[in-house]
Amino acid sequence: MGRKVLMCGNDACGEGAMLAGCTFYAGYPITPQNELTAYMAKRMNETGGVFIQAESELAAINMVFGAACAGVRAMTSSSSPGISLKQEGISYLVGCELPCVVVNMQRGGPGLGNIAPAQGDYFQAVKGGGHGDYKLIVLAPSSVQELLEHTYTAFGLADKYRNPVLILGDGLLGQMMEPIQLDMKRPVTHVEKPWALTGCKGRKSQFIRSLFLAEGALEEHNKKLQEKFKTIKASEVRAETYYVKDSRILLVAYGSVARTAKASMDKAREKGIKAGLIRPISLWPFPDKAIRDLAGPGKKFLVVEMSAGQMVEDVMLAVNGASEVDFYGRMGGGIPSEKEILEKIEALV
Amino acid sequence: MKRKKNKVNRLEPAIQEAGPVSSYPASLKEIDTHYCSGCGHGIVHRLICEVVDEFGIREKVIGVAPVGCAVIAYDYWDFDVTEAAHGRTPAVATGIKRVRPDNIVFTYQGDGDLAAIGTAEIIHTANRGENITVIFVNNGVYGMTGGQMAPTTLAGQKTDTTKSGRNLRREGYPIKILEMMAVLPGVKYLERVSVHSAQEVIRAKRAIKKAFKTQIDNKGFSMVEVLSMCPTYWDMTPIQAADRIKNDVSTFYPIGVVKSY
Repeated sequence: MGRKVLMCGNDACGEGAMLAGCTFYAGYPITPQNELTAYMAKRMNETGGVFIQAESELAAINMVFGAACAGVRAMTSSSSPGISLKQEGISYLVGCELPCVVVNMQRGGPGLGNIAPAQGDYFQAVKGGGHGDYKLIVLAPSSVQELLEHTYTAFGLADKYRNPVLILGDGLLGQMMEPIQLDMKRPVTHVEKPWALTGCKGRKSQFIRSLFLAEGALEEHNKKLQEKFKTIKASEVRAETYYVKDSRILLVAYGSVARTAKASMDKAREKGIKAGLIRPISLWPFPDKAIRDLAGPGKKFLVVEMSAGQMVEDVMLAVNGASEVDFYGRMGGGIPSEKEILEKIEALV
Repeated sequence: MKRKKNKVNRLEPAIQEAGPVSSYPASLKEIDTHYCSGCGHGIVHRLICEVVDEFGIREKVIGVAPVGCAVIAYDYWDFDVTEAAHGRTPAVATGIKRVRPDNIVFTYQGDGDLAAIGTAEIIHTANRGENITVIFVNNGVYGMTGGQMAPTTLAGQKTDTTKSGRNLRREGYPIKILEMMAVLPGVKYLERVSVHSAQEVIRAKRAIKKAFKTQIDNKGFSMVEVLSMCPTYWDMTPIQAADRIKNDVSTFYPIGVVKSY
């Protein structure tokens, strides 16, 4: 038996980073992710890593850029408005092919919004967010245990593909407490970084850039990035399914609301309704094949989100007209209840 | 003939200190310049390389290049360099230095990068006392984007966005960054120099050397502001531009040590 401890999601996320060998964290206070910043301050101090409370989100993501340049595992975290500020830096990190982990504990928007949980940043996370053609690997945990594990996994993926990985949580996940297993079964993946800037001792000098001015050079760079995204799409899709084989109603939900959706699904099954659940874990690459394979005549999809309907667009693209796709969402901190989702399922039967 | 010889003798110690200018420092790549004629960037690039070579730190240096005319500084420098988003240069340098404290980390920034879009980053990097060196090239104009007003543009100076000259009531005052930073305890060395004459170039090199020494000795934040010519967007010949620094720019931005330890 490994260690079992009671932890809040934000702390578990931080511990996942520490287990993965993260040695640099820069962040700026914003609710509902402040526990994570405080946790990293404490743990970096204990382990001799670097913690910087930056003057802004812009500075934090660019400090991470610097640490990533120098070859270490680096992380920053924030919540929705702060993640908007980081978008420029994230675009540069992708353009320069630098690995790092960014955590977004989403809150209600737009604007200053509120500090309640929401999923309104899905488009920003999976469609780009910053300028230029790029993708982030986006992982969506739905429990405190998964926050630990996905953050741990994220560092390996970031290094493997030289691309930022985004952990898309929300205020509910970040602040709730659950008992979790702290021990990682998988060892930390060590990736050589010959591209890192360490001083040119014993090798030629090198530079890191996203600027390509020569004719055609930027297009070539973009093609290379797109090839990488193709590889990621082919190799890194993650999703979980429940009772999908015989289901007539297929729920699709991610993150914390997927747990409520699962409870509603169980209630529907008790009532004899053949309901199932697809829970995308990687939001990009999106599990579109898994969804497409389940679509067909006589089957209905119900997408549940804490937003006005964002992931539902990707589900519709995947289903491609083969089934009806319905949506239930709440916004601005509203959380769909088990009863509300169940009523929606019953209405679809 | 005798007079001429005396003149050479007066300059001799300075020329010796500067070293031969007919060859490239080891850290400077032998490539064609992209800078306009009379621009000061090339001189500053070279001075950094001379200092790096004299300290024997080429293999330890990591530079951070800005957005602006010097955006491709890494094409000239034969040591490790990264780009940075506009103004975020000191934040990137902070990240590098904190995880590699034994490397020598410097930023190279223009007045738009440092004194406008990157004001928060430079002030807070300085205030944290990050042990890095900043080379701040002030030519009072946005060169790369076509000669718009910079925060350092002098009163009355005509630019692409101040056609009738900078009006202090409308556009505010030229900003004196070094004087603002002098009050921060984390800041250890500040000097303003110029590259408008051979003599000033030699002084500029001394200042850059002192700034790097500040970092090598682990004293804390060091920064050199270099007044530099932009004949293209000052609408002047290179000689007129050099004279303008001597007569106008250095009157408002006085040359000399602002803070030393």
